[in-house]
Amino acid sequence: MVEHRPLSDIIAYAILTLGVFIVAFPVYLALIASTYDAATVVGGRMPLSPGDQMLENYYRAIFVGGARTSREPVAQMLINSFISAFGIALGKIFISMLSAYAVVYFRFPFRKTAFWIIFVTLMLPVEVRIYPTYKVVADLKMLDTYAGLILPLIASATGTLLFRQFFMTIPEELLEASRIDGAGPFRFFWDTLLPLSVTTIAALFVIQFIYGWNQYLWPLLITTQDSMQTIVIGIKKMLYTTDELAEWQLAMATAILAMLPPVAVVVFMQRLFVRGLVETEK
Amino acid sequence: MEKSVVFNNKLLPYLLLVPQLIITFVFFYWPASQAVWQSFLREDAFGLTSEFVGLENYQSLFAQPEYYASMLVTVVFSSLVAALSLSIALLFATQADKNLKAAGAYKTLMIWPYAVAPAVAGVLWIFMFHPSLGTLARPLRWMNFDWNPLLNGNHAMALVVMAAVWKQISYNFLFFLAGLQSIPKSVLEASAIDGAGPLRRFWTITFPLLSPTTFFLLVVNVVYVFFDTFGIIDAVTGGGPAGATTTMVYKVFADGRLGGDLGGSAAQSVVLMVIVIALTAIQFKYVERKVQY
Repeated sequence: MVEHRPLSDIIAYAILTLGVFIVAFPVYLALIASTYDAATVVGGRMPLSPGDQMLENYYRAIFVGGARTSREPVAQMLINSFISAFGIALGKIFISMLSAYAVVYFRFPFRKTAFWIIFVTLMLPVEVRIYPTYKVVADLKMLDTYAGLILPLIASATGTLLFRQFFMTIPEELLEASRIDGAGPFRFFWDTLLPLSVTTIAALFVIQFIYGWNQYLWPLLITTQDSMQTIVIGIKKMLYTTDELAEWQLAMATAILAMLPPVAVVVFMQRLFVRGLVETEK
Repeated sequence: MEKSVVFNNKLLPYLLLVPQLIITFVFFYWPASQAVWQSFLREDAFGLTSEFVGLENYQSLFAQPEYYASMLVTVVFSSLVAALSLSIALLFATQADKNLKAAGAYKTLMIWPYAVAPAVAGVLWIFMFHPSLGTLARPLRWMNFDWNPLLNGNHAMALVVMAAVWKQISYNFLFFLAGLQSIPKSVLEASAIDGAGPLRRFWTITFPLLSPTTFFLLVVNVVYVFFDTFGIIDAVTGGGPAGATTTMVYKVFADGRLGGDLGGSAAQSVVLMVIVIALTAIQFKYVERKVQY
């Protein structure tokens, strides 16, 4: 650094600690709320230290479900979330890698057109075509199915752009060498391109897993049966029940469970996460 | 830049493109064109027949005071969220950029809210500030402040802004930190030798050199507020009270579902598409080139 001032370091620590506190506080409160019984939480006098109902609340949230409504337990929602998040992430990687391979390594009529057709989807987020897309999915009989949760979300330009950019940086000598060795397009893809792309694939997977897990509007629209709900929309339905009293302690336990997988991905795969974030935005 | 060595298969590239193109046409182009088409139609009350009404849906849309209200809400909401989350994130990033021993740990502790779903973030914040049971609503009541985001539009807006900012700080922090770390230290050293203090160095050197990052983040934040905050609004306020937090995207959703006005909802979708196309064009025209120093 330019100069060393102890005071400046102290200020930095103070501000950052405050920042971490602000960032963590809402989650801390949710965690605390998930360890008390309903009366303590609803009474508005919840202490700031943990209570003793933690196991009970999480057990009920995961395996039993709420008492007042005939709601599904969270276990099924977690399974649904995992299936759709994995489906969306893997599906995106699969179709965008293939299309990027076609656009970069082949010459054919309408190559530019195909690229632009894919590129323009950047401008059509699901929110601007909600009901027509809903209707298409309904006509295809995909309401309340995993296909309906996954397929409409796997096409987007980001993956194709990312792989295209990455393939461009791979030296041409590799392709020349493979061709001299007699490798066709499949061999080259499988033996050369795929191993080189592992980090890019992993980075994209991390970002898309979080994206898929956190989907809200789409699953809200196309799931009508409780058994197909993802956990993110399940929480909201817990709070806005027709009964007056929502079971906040269970909703908060569910919120913690809903946060765990994507947050764990960010914390434990930070390097890949940062890389994926920076690259998908370029 | 194009590859000069390629494969010469004729059919294979089309086969490789087929999965993505099918998905794109079925779930993007077809629904988007349907939205445009529906915006010129009016359905009867039972949805059985529809007639072509030209620009009528647009005329009635732009005659609605609620539509202008939702535009205003969107503008207020986006400017507050962008301004707050950018400045708070910049403050944290400049501190984390100092050579601290614990910088890595702070970075990890700062970025994880990115992974929290917007709807979950909304639930966390309504729990904290719920008028009857919220832990942070209690001190407000002690101060005789009549806090009620469920009834007061300004309070509701404040709450969704806080939740949206909370979630967005991590993203902005990460990009600001990367931007700060790419500023050459020699420039800062030269200025220090000339006698400029830390604050002066920040405003005359760091901040201008950071402007590409800031501009990029500004666009990204506006897009974030437009679309990704849907979950926050739906979880915290449901667009209420009395439309005080109904953004343009939320109105498309609410009019089509609750009101059943598909033509009007489709017309709103088309207006939104135009806005997104403009934002994307800005992003690619100006941001792409300037981001690299």
